[in-house]
Amino acid sequence: MAKKVTARRAKPVAKKKVTAALPEGASKRKTKPPRAKTAARRSGKAPRAKTAAKSNGLDADMLWSMYRKMVQIRKFEEHVWDVYIRGLMPGLAHLYIGEEAVAVGACAALREDDYITSTHRGHGHCLAKGARLDRMMAEIMGKEAGYCRGKGGSMHIADMSLGNLGANGIVGGGFGVATGAALSAKMRGTDQVSLCFFGDGAANQGILLETGNMAAIWNLPVIYVCENNQYGEHTPSDKVTGSERIVDRAEAMGLAGVRVEGADVMEVYEVVAAAVSRARRGDGATFVEMMTYRFRGHHVGDAATYRTAKELKWWMENRDPINLLGERMIKHGIADRSRLERVDEQVEEEVVEAVEFARNAPLPPAEQAREDVYA
Amino acid sequence: MAEITYREAVIQAMSEEMRRDDAVFLIGEDVGPSGGIFKCSEGLFDEFGAARVIDAPISEAGYIGLSVGAAVTGMRPIAELMFGDFSLLTMDQIVNQAAKIRYMTGGQCRVPLTIRTTMGAGRSSAAQHSQSLHALFAHIPGLKVALPSCPRDAKGLLKTAIRDDNPVLVFEGKMMYNDKGPVPEEEYTIPFGVAEVKRAGDDCTIIAVSSMVGLALEAAQTLSREDEISVEVVDPRTLVPLDEETLVESVRKTGYALIVDEASLRYGVTGELAALVTEAAFDYLDAPVKRIGAANVPIPFSPTLEGAAIPHSETIVDAVRALRGKIRR
Ligand SMILES: Cc1ncc(C[n+]2csc(CCOP(=O)(O)OP(=O)(O)O)c2C)c(N)n1
Ligand SMILES: [Mg+2]
Repeated sequence: MAKKVTARRAKPVAKKKVTAALPEGASKRKTKPPRAKTAARRSGKAPRAKTAAKSNGLDADMLWSMYRKMVQIRKFEEHVWDVYIRGLMPGLAHLYIGEEAVAVGACAALREDDYITSTHRGHGHCLAKGARLDRMMAEIMGKEAGYCRGKGGSMHIADMSLGNLGANGIVGGGFGVATGAALSAKMRGTDQVSLCFFGDGAANQGILLETGNMAAIWNLPVIYVCENNQYGEHTPSDKVTGSERIVDRAEAMGLAGVRVEGADVMEVYEVVAAAVSRARRGDGATFVEMMTYRFRGHHVGDAATYRTAKELKWWMENRDPINLLGERMIKHGIADRSRLERVDEQVEEEVVEAVEFARNAPLPPAEQAREDVYA
Repeated sequence: MAEITYREAVIQAMSEEMRRDDAVFLIGEDVGPSGGIFKCSEGLFDEFGAARVIDAPISEAGYIGLSVGAAVTGMRPIAELMFGDFSLLTMDQIVNQAAKIRYMTGGQCRVPLTIRTTMGAGRSSAAQHSQSLHALFAHIPGLKVALPSCPRDAKGLLKTAIRDDNPVLVFEGKMMYNDKGPVPEEEYTIPFGVAEVKRAGDDCTIIAVSSMVGLALEAAQTLSREDEISVEVVDPRTLVPLDEETLVESVRKTGYALIVDEASLRYGVTGELAALVTEAAFDYLDAPVKRIGAANVPIPFSPTLEGAAIPHSETIVDAVRALRGKIRR
């Protein structure tokens, strides 16, 4: 590995002026959110998709599949909310509603044998990587049929068979595992890549500098995806983050960096796909900052009084990733409203079934508490 | 048997395992061409190259984290933490990640990670380079902890650690690196959870770990010569898993127990082992179990101060005499 040190600088990718990629269908009149800056900008040397999301010539199947996946996450989370309110699940639930395009666009760029690490707000990542609704819901309810046999719960869902190395209760807990999986892929001589989801809050954990630096010096196939939803728990990101753009830290670590409009699933997909192929080629790691927003509180039960109704309304009206994609598909004749509604209905049924499955599944027997400590 | 040093034993264990299994690699600060600050990876870089003997940046949390990720995806990292004291920078990675990822995911993965680090005072390295922190890790479910006390154990236990599918911390006694001892020439490993009776005796059991085993053996000689007390010295070798049976059996036989560890006495290994033998051998004990450890102070710098803070063989001799009623303390 030491030999690679000379190649530490991320290869500059051809600079191309990119206008703020506002998702089509977004309100043209009022494109500025009340507080946060969202226009997609990017640092100088980031990988970039060849075409900015041109909806013509888009693969219709892929759009449908991303649409469906986003709806699946939305409905799953709505049911988690419901399950929580009805007292059917123990613990906490951090919902991903509003951020679906990030997980779906990013995971659409991955292969099944690629790795991800996830966060406390991880249901979306897990579903986007291909997990089953029923086993996820069962895990969230603490059932034996859950992915982790009821030992992890909402904050620790993992499906290693699909490369999901697990969500983390420690903010920033995924940096090491994700970067290590990339090191491992490189050492084993595979072309797998590893993608690390983390929040704007996690971006202030020191270990990011350590792992990002190692990714840079060893050219590791890792993609750091910062989900900047502009709050860490109750605290606005800009109150606790020194650099205005988190992605600006990438260059300092020797990583390529790019900032993306995270509500635009195509933009997310294309940027991550470019980062993935760059990583697979052996050209190293990329840091992607996704501007996004959670439509619910930090967790179920958080009334989110620390932000204004106006701000929330703006995001829901202008940056709902599902609406944006749906409108675009209609505009380009890929979908019509009734077909979209049919998808919604089908997915709703699937999720209801998953909830039923999970409700009826047995709790793990107490003696299992002592299993799985050691291999 | 060949006579080799504790350091050579460590190097042999790593190089044999790296030859045996391509998934094994070493990562740590200065472990590469320089061979490490304690010279414990000398020759490895030349044999295995930069891809498998990796000089890490000074980012302990970071490279332990990478090792966890590598371990759950098919590699078998050996991560070296130069001084045990630096393990404190990696607590989240070891305790929250490595120790729990298998459990939290319902057994979906294995974590074949070996963390080699050092323990012990005696070099006037002062408070941040002298700690013995093994008890912190032995406390954590999901981790295994080994403390080799001689070259043979250093090699055999490290090889077992590398082959183990769980995170194992191996604490090497840094004062023992130059100590020589017999090591089998043929391939061998030492299983975890098997204590060794390092010296058989009838009158008092000393349970000791790491470099305290050597002090206990020294003390045993003195006691035999000067007091005609026959001491049995038992080394658990691994704290997790723990060979409770051998320890308890010895105490039942002798009726007296002294437990020696180099770490600060309070809330440490000696307390745990004292509770164990008291609970399991209460009816056989002729005196309360005694414990020796470092004073409850940060390890000081100046030799007179450092010496006053840690156990010595004379401390052990005195404690056994007191136990056996030879002197009143
Ligand atoms: C190390 C650590 N510190 C604090 C917390 C408590 N905590 C849980 S989520 C959270 C906010 C995280 O913010 P961010 O990374 O932006 O993710 P988001 O919740 O916005 O998705 C905090 C502080 C924690 N779980 N772990
Ligand atoms: Mg956040």
